[in-house]
Amino acid sequence: MEYNKFPDSKGHFGEFGGRYVSETLMPAIIELNEAYQKISVNPDFKIELNYLLKHYVGRPTPLFHAKRLSEHVKGASIYLKREDLAHTGAHKINNTVGQALLAKWMGKKKLIAETGAGQHGVATATVAALFGMECKVFMGKEDVKRQSPNVLRMKLLGAEVIPVDSGTCTLKDAMNEAMRYWVSAVRDTFYVIGSVAGPHPYPMIVRDFQKIIGIETKEQILKIAGKLPDILIACVGGGSNAMGLFYPFLEDNVKLIGVEAAGLGIDTGKHAATLSAGTIGVLHGSKSYVLQDENGQIKEAHSISAGLDYPGVGPEHSLLKESGRAKYVSATDSEALSAFKMLCQLEGIIPALESAHAIAVGIKKAKDIEKDKIIIINLSGRGDKDLGIVENIYN
Amino acid sequence: MNRIEKTFENLKIKGEKALVGFVSAGDPDIYESFKLIAAMCEAGLDILELGVPFSDPTADGPVIQRSSLRALKNGINLKGVIELTKKIREKTSIPIILFSYYNPILSYSPKAFYYDAVSAGADGVLVVDLPPEESDEMTSLFSGNELSVIRLIAPTTPKDRISKITASGSGFLYLVSKTGVTGSYGINTLEISQKIDEIRNFTKLPICVGFGISTDNDVKEVSRIADGVVIGSAFEKLIEENLNNIDLASIIKDKVSKYKLATKIIA
Repeated sequence: MEYNKFPDSKGHFGEFGGRYVSETLMPAIIELNEAYQKISVNPDFKIELNYLLKHYVGRPTPLFHAKRLSEHVKGASIYLKREDLAHTGAHKINNTVGQALLAKWMGKKKLIAETGAGQHGVATATVAALFGMECKVFMGKEDVKRQSPNVLRMKLLGAEVIPVDSGTCTLKDAMNEAMRYWVSAVRDTFYVIGSVAGPHPYPMIVRDFQKIIGIETKEQILKIAGKLPDILIACVGGGSNAMGLFYPFLEDNVKLIGVEAAGLGIDTGKHAATLSAGTIGVLHGSKSYVLQDENGQIKEAHSISAGLDYPGVGPEHSLLKESGRAKYVSATDSEALSAFKMLCQLEGIIPALESAHAIAVGIKKAKDIEKDKIIIINLSGRGDKDLGIVENIYN
Repeated sequence: MNRIEKTFENLKIKGEKALVGFVSAGDPDIYESFKLIAAMCEAGLDILELGVPFSDPTADGPVIQRSSLRALKNGINLKGVIELTKKIREKTSIPIILFSYYNPILSYSPKAFYYDAVSAGADGVLVVDLPPEESDEMTSLFSGNELSVIRLIAPTTPKDRISKITASGSGFLYLVSKTGVTGSYGINTLEISQKIDEIRNFTKLPICVGFGISTDNDVKEVSRIADGVVIGSAFEKLIEENLNNIDLASIIKDKVSKYKLATKIIA
């Protein structure tokens, strides 16, 4: 299979993806796709985007050899792709800069976004300020509580944060509400989706704006080690940081491992391991794996990390899972917490709880393989936003 | 001639427009839901849109979101909706349209859904989040054409899409009166009437208008320009306001009678 040929013209990744939205939104996503096809290849757009990525976002982000961590686990060499050092503290900004610039080129001046952990909300509010656009961020009431520093950030950046109290009051419901708002404001509003989820063309657009992670990683490791890595590891909620890291390596002989949130443990039912424990369904405009009951009702997800607390996953990950190109495993809340602590103490880096899931699995894998192998873990974000959660647990 | 065609034919002869009523199946519970629908039919409802409750109804406003949740809490699922359809069919000969998001049907299997829905006496299906572009995966598993596939047309739908949509639809067309979710109030009859004229260039299918219609006067206005009027949130709001009222069925019945009357005064 040629993995880098997806999606097809109708937005399908094999049997996944597509456009499952109400008619009111269909013209908008068709327009977005046409605009993206045209604008994204325009040399002036590329120049503007690259300028912002370099001078505003701070790219390229470093690829850091975590020597103390590698020595500690007595296994393969672990490298960290430092997306936590990007402006606003996570990879999310790569995509929001791209989408906001696209919105600007399309003549749209109002942005909306959904957010879970708040990183995507902050990243959207940031670019809205940068471009002088109006911004509304939908955030589950539960997440507003557990990610309060990010709520404050968004407000400081001039965005309106709209707490969502329907359903489970988390990311899934924030996305429902953003879609509802978009239906009513579709004529002048650009919906900045934060993950490789949603209807076509979003999974493709978000991946394309995030693939800079993998492109840089490849260049950097070839320069440092003179060879490709053996394993790439990234956490997967909706899956944008993982897709961004994996995509440029899809045709290479490199193992890809996505790490989902196992919450309290997959057998407890309180988890967010959509690919590991879900079934195929349609949620938020695309067909993919989802957590659902036997009647096709979407189930509540659970994770200590708000950014992974989502019962769906990007359709391209479903394709990579079905085809066997990537493996998807999971880490529990407590495994993520120990990895979080370990990275703080061994490397002086406070990771986001989302990224800590990837670290947890990275440590395990590094132990299992030879010392001359290379593992690259995507450190997708910094953990300042999670200090409150971690403090509550240690108290 | 199927039940939907017959209904529009008869209405035409009588000089009336169709009153299409939406309720979430199983709201507030399965027993009450049946009673309410029976009352609506007695009061002169022309077409029933029976909503299949879904956990994440992204096209619906708060009123229908809450009604879906109430119904789900009280144990409804697609199998239950189809059983309810069967019971309603024993009481009435009006067309029954199953109104759903795609995931419950996908989970049930479109093939089994077709068979069971037709056997129960359903006449059509409207899947909110299944545009013509994705529809084949469902309809190709239908073993016949006894279920009309009702299509949506939105205010944002451009001309070149209208023809595509009308070509793939049957029964009638559902024109969404405004951008937004269900339950948002107020209509713009001029805009609606222009859209209807545009659609009529492409199809002879009856056109029913929904979203934002709640007053008798709205019904009257829309009846002048369309073939039918769809009312959903207004019914669900009444249900919600009268959950513990033993007269709920008669309240709904009165409301249906008033709306129905408004579809008769065309002049």
